[in-house]
Amino acid sequence: MHPTDFTLAGAIAALDEGAISAVELTRAHVDAMEALNPRLNAFITTTPEAAMEAAKASDAKRARGEAGPLEGIPLAIKDLFCTEGVQTTAGSKILGGFVPPYESTVTSQLKRDGAVFLGKANLDEFAMGSSNLTSAYGGVVNPWSRRNDPTCGWCRVGPRAGRRRRWRRASHLARRDRYRRVDPPASGLLRHRGDQADLWAVLALRDRGVCVLARPGGAVRPHGRGLRDPAAVDGRLRSEGFDQRGPAGAGFREGLHALGEGAADRRAEGIPPGRHAAEIERLWRQGLDWLRDAGAEIVDITLPHTKYALPTYYIVAPAEASSNLARYDGVRFGLRAAEKDSDLRDLYERTREAGFGQEVRRRIMIGTYVLSAGYYDAYYLKAQKVRALIARDFREAFAGVDAIVTPATPSARSPRARTATTRSRCT
Amino acid sequence: MSLDTATVRRVAALARIRLPEEDVARVQGELNGILGWIEQLQAVDTDGVEPMAGGTPEGIAAMPMRDDVVTDGAQAEKVLANAPDREGVYFGVPKVVE
Repeated sequence: MHPTDFTLAGAIAALDEGAISAVELTRAHVDAMEALNPRLNAFITTTPEAAMEAAKASDAKRARGEAGPLEGIPLAIKDLFCTEGVQTTAGSKILGGFVPPYESTVTSQLKRDGAVFLGKANLDEFAMGSSNLTSAYGGVVNPWSRRNDPTCGWCRVGPRAGRRRRWRRASHLARRDRYRRVDPPASGLLRHRGDQADLWAVLALRDRGVCVLARPGGAVRPHGRGLRDPAAVDGRLRSEGFDQRGPAGAGFREGLHALGEGAADRRAEGIPPGRHAAEIERLWRQGLDWLRDAGAEIVDITLPHTKYALPTYYIVAPAEASSNLARYDGVRFGLRAAEKDSDLRDLYERTREAGFGQEVRRRIMIGTYVLSAGYYDAYYLKAQKVRALIARDFREAFAGVDAIVTPATPSARSPRARTATTRSRCT
Repeated sequence: MSLDTATVRRVAALARIRLPEEDVARVQGELNGILGWIEQLQAVDTDGVEPMAGGTPEGIAAMPMRDDVVTDGAQAEKVLANAPDREGVYFGVPKVVE
């Protein structure tokens, strides 16, 4: 097996057995990254030397019998986590050149457990988007795009089968989403990016050192192959005190394990049909069949207010972003744009005009408006009330079922050429 | 409700984002498109509903508190390491008071 084809558990087993070293495992991932990143733009910053050093140290630790639970496992870290001494941009020009003087809690715990960081993965600017196109450092190409698809990234790959196969193997881990990676989504709405690159993800915890667009929605979502990979990383992140800080505790983990280990005797259900593309609907129904075959009882429920989730989000999240992103003002870190005769206010305004991309500026302005005097009740307060109704729907549904089965995304990946409407990529 | 150009300029000023005159009409169109779309929330009956501010309403998961203790400090150099402009142990900015 090629070293980039391991699952996380498989790689740990191979490392434990001595079938592969952390240096070999990391080398293969670094090679794939360096070969493909120029085309896919999956990473904003690559740290191959640091990765190889960490891998060497990992092998030494393992030899001494001191291997951590993720010892020698290569990970891509979304460029939203502060990493000490390594540039962290959040996909924004406004943080260009920012080198954090501290390590985020998430990455420090992964390091503690022996993980090897390959680099900082590209993302929509402050994670505002769904298709990874709003990054100030250029969009990311999905390696699973089809040939002859004018919007795809592998059109220029040679037609010969051998070449294509090698590409496939390498591209297996190539997109930012194809590496095992740790990713903080803006909200629980967002499992779909990983889904569009055929990865699994689990949600949710949070802590300091994450440059999220809004605090309350900020949660960390490890990605990997199958459900056990991200669950393993998630389990490590929750260890030693993390539960004290994150919103989801033991109940969440037990539920996850129940799903991961077999759904027999569990009651599951699906959300009402009709809101998804036909292809997604079909896959989702197939999933329900599998659960039924595994012994789950399928129960219909209703979530009448979920249709208001997106407009609610489009008030609440920009409102929080307008407040949260106020710290980017050209004074303490990152970009400063000013004219010779700029006063302080002009410095702020020029910095934020030059540093934020169009999507971010638009959301900050929406957020500013819905929080402004005279409009707060009509927009922000109203949205918080609808949010309460959406949460109540779920609370009532969970009174009768153990799990809710929903599609991770309402549609398949969007073509690269279609930059999407503001609305459809507001996540 | 629809924003006029004066309101668009005012919102940009409140947000401390410079908005060149030639961009006002475009931004106005974008903002009004979004505001028109979120208007559908007005149709939801929310009488007597308590607004939900955080992500974890009571009864679903308790939000634990950590101890309020000092964990670091006295690291001015680190704090200033990324400053675009500094003077001594201070951030440098244009003169604020005459």
